[in-house]
Amino acid sequence: MQMMMNGVIQIALFIAILVILTPVLGRFLARVFMDENHILKPLLGWLERLIYRICGIAKEEEMSWKSFLSGLLIFNFFGFAIVFLLQVFQRQLPLNTQHLAAPSWHLSLNTAISFITNTNWQSYSGETTLSYLVQMLGLTVQNFVSAATGIAVLVALMRGLTRKTTSTLGNFWVDITRSIVYVLLPFSLVMAIFLVSQGVIQNFTPYVHATTLEGVQQVIPGGPAASQIAIKQLGTNGGGFFGVNSAHPFENPTPFTNFLEMLAILLIPAALTFTYGRFAGSNRQGWTLFIVMLLMFGAGLAVSMYSEFSLNHVLNIAGNMEGKETRFGVAGSVLWSVATSAASNGSVNAMHDSLSPLSGMIAMFNIMLGEVIFGGVGAGLYGMVIFVILTVFIAGLMVGRTPEYLGKKIEAFEVKMAIIAVLAPSFVILLFSAFASVTSTGLSSLNNAGPHGLSQILYAFSSAAGNNGSAFAGLNTNTVFYNLSLAIGMLIGRFGIIIPVLAIAGHMATKKVTPSSSGTFRTDNWLFAGLLIAVILIVGGLTFFPALALGPAAEHFLMNAANAF
Amino acid sequence: MFSWMLVSKAMAQAFQKLNPVSLVKNPVILIVGIGALMTTLIVLINGFEGQFSIFNFQIAIWLWFTVLFANFSEAIAEGRGKAQAESLRKNKTETIAVRLFKGKTEVIRATELKKGDTVICEAGTVIPADGEVIEGIATVDESAITGESAPVVRESGGDRSAVTGGTKVISDRVVIRITSEQGDTFIDRMIALVEGAKRQKTPNEIALTILLSGLTIIFLLAIITLPAFFQYSLNASGNPGGKNLPLPVLIALLVCLIPTTIGGLLSAIGISGMDRLLRKNVIATSGKAIEAAGDVDVLLLDKTGTITLGNRMATEFLPARGVSRELLAEAAQLSSLADETPEGRSVVILAKELFNLRARDIHEDNSTFIPFTAQSRMSGVDIRDRKGNIRHIRKGSADAIKKFIQNNDGFFPKEVSETIVNLARQGATPLVVAENDQVLGVIHLKDIVKGGIRQRFAQLRTMGIRTIMITGDNPLTAAAIAAEAGVDDFLAEAMPEHKLERIRLEQANGHLVGMIGDGTNDAPALAQADVGIAMNTGTQAAREASNMVDLDSNPTKLIEVVETGKQLLMTRGALTTFSIANDVAKYFAIIPAIATALYAGTSTKGPLSALNIMNLATPQSAILSAVIFNALIIIMLIPLAMKGVKYRPLHANTVLMRNLLVYGLGGLIVPFIGIKLIDLLLNF
Repeated sequence: MQMMMNGVIQIALFIAILVILTPVLGRFLARVFMDENHILKPLLGWLERLIYRICGIAKEEEMSWKSFLSGLLIFNFFGFAIVFLLQVFQRQLPLNTQHLAAPSWHLSLNTAISFITNTNWQSYSGETTLSYLVQMLGLTVQNFVSAATGIAVLVALMRGLTRKTTSTLGNFWVDITRSIVYVLLPFSLVMAIFLVSQGVIQNFTPYVHATTLEGVQQVIPGGPAASQIAIKQLGTNGGGFFGVNSAHPFENPTPFTNFLEMLAILLIPAALTFTYGRFAGSNRQGWTLFIVMLLMFGAGLAVSMYSEFSLNHVLNIAGNMEGKETRFGVAGSVLWSVATSAASNGSVNAMHDSLSPLSGMIAMFNIMLGEVIFGGVGAGLYGMVIFVILTVFIAGLMVGRTPEYLGKKIEAFEVKMAIIAVLAPSFVILLFSAFASVTSTGLSSLNNAGPHGLSQILYAFSSAAGNNGSAFAGLNTNTVFYNLSLAIGMLIGRFGIIIPVLAIAGHMATKKVTPSSSGTFRTDNWLFAGLLIAVILIVGGLTFFPALALGPAAEHFLMNAANAF
Repeated sequence: MFSWMLVSKAMAQAFQKLNPVSLVKNPVILIVGIGALMTTLIVLINGFEGQFSIFNFQIAIWLWFTVLFANFSEAIAEGRGKAQAESLRKNKTETIAVRLFKGKTEVIRATELKKGDTVICEAGTVIPADGEVIEGIATVDESAITGESAPVVRESGGDRSAVTGGTKVISDRVVIRITSEQGDTFIDRMIALVEGAKRQKTPNEIALTILLSGLTIIFLLAIITLPAFFQYSLNASGNPGGKNLPLPVLIALLVCLIPTTIGGLLSAIGISGMDRLLRKNVIATSGKAIEAAGDVDVLLLDKTGTITLGNRMATEFLPARGVSRELLAEAAQLSSLADETPEGRSVVILAKELFNLRARDIHEDNSTFIPFTAQSRMSGVDIRDRKGNIRHIRKGSADAIKKFIQNNDGFFPKEVSETIVNLARQGATPLVVAENDQVLGVIHLKDIVKGGIRQRFAQLRTMGIRTIMITGDNPLTAAAIAAEAGVDDFLAEAMPEHKLERIRLEQANGHLVGMIGDGTNDAPALAQADVGIAMNTGTQAAREASNMVDLDSNPTKLIEVVETGKQLLMTRGALTTFSIANDVAKYFAIIPAIATALYAGTSTKGPLSALNIMNLATPQSAILSAVIFNALIIIMLIPLAMKGVKYRPLHANTVLMRNLLVYGLGGLIVPFIGIKLIDLLLNF
């Protein structure tokens, strides 16, 4: 009971700090992307200008949605090529203190796609597979730029929704530069320094071999961890430096770092809702989306907490600590699991495989809903806007006008694109999981029987399609089938949404804005927030209801009947 | 609401519409049709193998019913719309035309007429097609399309030159130039809007169809992957040889989940919207216009006829200093004797009422009537008395009379000027009466604001619609009437081109503008407006430029059109919400039913039967109940689709709240009750 109270206080504090920081950071982000004066401009403006000069970027050049998209695709393709090649030539390249061999082609492919899509799915353990150089130059760089890509898409969408009768959405290169120079880089720097102060390692030393008191040989890994961990949390990447991610004491040594790393997961996605309100010219628009995210986050958290602290009929204990770090306790782990799955981060500080069926289902459901509960940096909010468009279209008709959002009409094109964006990840999750669950290729990787095995498969593909990157573990995904299918899933889950989102942005930008009146369908009040939640749950949720029923739900009911597999 | 004739015809058509070509237009119902066909084949094949399944048979039957009910809803809506339009068409199909061709006349059938032909219509003949009078004047009975029995005058030139095919010339003879191709008249266009074959989907309907198709694909994905997950679960529960989900069950689940309710009723809603408009005697030339009507947020309303009663009335004589009221009244009456306008007549009547002045005989030879012209802007009479003196009596606007007085070396008294300003400020129109060089006084012509119009505008305001009054009056007068009527804004001293400018301005600010007009000079504004309604009495140019024609030529109709548009969109939204909300209950009926045996071990019920919160009797009856509910709800909602959801002029938030409670919450709850009831009946 005391443990639970402790947890509740921690959660309350967490939410309070998030609510306070959202407008502060959100206002700053708005200034950065509206190119207004902000505190970091005098400090880092030279770097921005230097980048433009070196890369030959014309700052004022405006792009149509198609050229914005092609810039984005080219940029991401180069990122992919570099990460892939760095792995292939790992042996030949420096900073490989452990003389690690190059990973298999399919693992390299999976990893490269995983990091450019901001997924950070890891079919490998960092410390035994990748050299320091690959981790730094390949993965850490992608941690930054994939997050920046997400922000750039969101900024383009915000412009599209708020500009009047124009065909341009800003400049991809400028947006990506600004989000790195003014947001991700300075924030990560501060956070990395703080993490080092708490004991997170940052070195290039070879692994240390030690003999423990019991006489067992132990290898203690090293590496430039802090710099990667800061951005992995802030950029909702989630790819750990070490295999066990933030459960590793070198990644997450103290409850304090735990708290801060959790906060870092949601910080930028939450703040962007406020930025959104600034762009829309109405803070209420932003807060409404924030509240929707927070309510859904809170509901998931409540179910998870309840489930973790209620009696497990198989083990006959409540507050099960299996797979959880004693440093953080149940609440610290549950909060993290909900945050990381809601926010498309995918870092873990406990093994999700060991979560109770219901909290495991919540984590999975968060991802399946399309990663819109805060979601990935940029990605969460643009995903949310897709649901907003659907909600406005379905419910907006009920006030007797062609549905409008922010004064712009939602017409066939927008609906079509929104549907594609909703369909793309569902397609991956359902079809690929179905295939894996009945073929020996898929099943041979499974180490759990019963409905839990199905949960593991579903979770893996949900994680890929949602660009989350966390895993239920218990499923060996370093096989040709899983590496390739998950890679395809990640690509569809990322670009299958980005492309329609940019198309919507481009189309909306050309429209006129109808001034709001008492006949306008309001999108900035509690009623709309409730509607939006209902649509997310019904459209997003009903898709997966049968699969979830046969996986985690079955598991839950079986557990209550004291059955385990 | 439905006659037996209509219903039986629609029932027959429901079967005709099983034709794949017509099913393809409605993706959701097409899927149901394919499902029904597949289930039927399975039933037949099983039957031949001697394993006839009564359960599968029932599913097949109800799936067919689902399709038929959807078809029926469309057919009955079409039937009603067509019945309305057909009666109009009957009038013109048998018409013959007398065509002027190369200087000779020839008798041909009306259907052979081409645009640009000239035809002669004598008294007693039916006008063969829409056109414009180019020669002559005639009275025309337009009751066939307006229902108004009083004949109207149609003459060449001016604003009353347009004639409609199917109307009848009562007197005289006119030459008409045909302005529309046969098959392209208003009535034809209207019939095309409700007729299945030619009906085009409106923009919002297209968007909604995309949404519904998208949802259908999502659920298709959920269902086609289900057997794999099920097989996994069978394996995992140690029963790998267990029976996987049979196809009919999967089809039943799919049909229950895809939005069949709205999918089935969508076209009926659209057609009924047009039909409702038609019942208000408004012909829309496109379905798009009706939707746009729902979006309109600025209405341009002509003052006369819409806001005020058509005519201004004389209510008072205000004599100049030293002139008796009676003298003024007499002069005013004299000057108005030949003035056939309602204003002129009201002056004569007022003088009679107040002073018992009779219109005296005025001998034609010693009096000359001066008609009103746009240049002089006054009218009056010159009377020669016995001594040979001529009384020049004039009545007109202040400016015109001022000029008249000056020309006669008189002067315009200051207190009369003050009276004029005062009247104008009250929203009245002052007419000044003068004799020779003397100003006699002022006639107070008053605009009578229509009863109830103020409340109407207040309602519009709550709905977020701004009203702009258009008037030729000066700004002072306009402001007073605007205040009295409660319009939001006014455009005074408006010329036709001002209307166009104003519409462009409003549109540039993102507004959608609706207006109603009649004159040729209204045509550009009508074309520019998002919803332009031409009065049927108006010119052909106005009617061509607009996207709706009001057969009653009632300017207030614009407001009703907007309401119809809103109601149409609301009905679509409400039924979509209802349809999607229904899915929750259907899941809770079917998922436990199909998964009840999984992981059951030795007991009869597996863990997932915990989801059977409705406590349905057997898996079979659960699935059947869901399918039956899904089919019946379509039939039950047909009246709602036809009538439209209840419309009230309220604030958008209130409207949304009400509709959400009824159709959203109702959509969640109703199927739980319905499915449970059907299940109870099935197991009675």
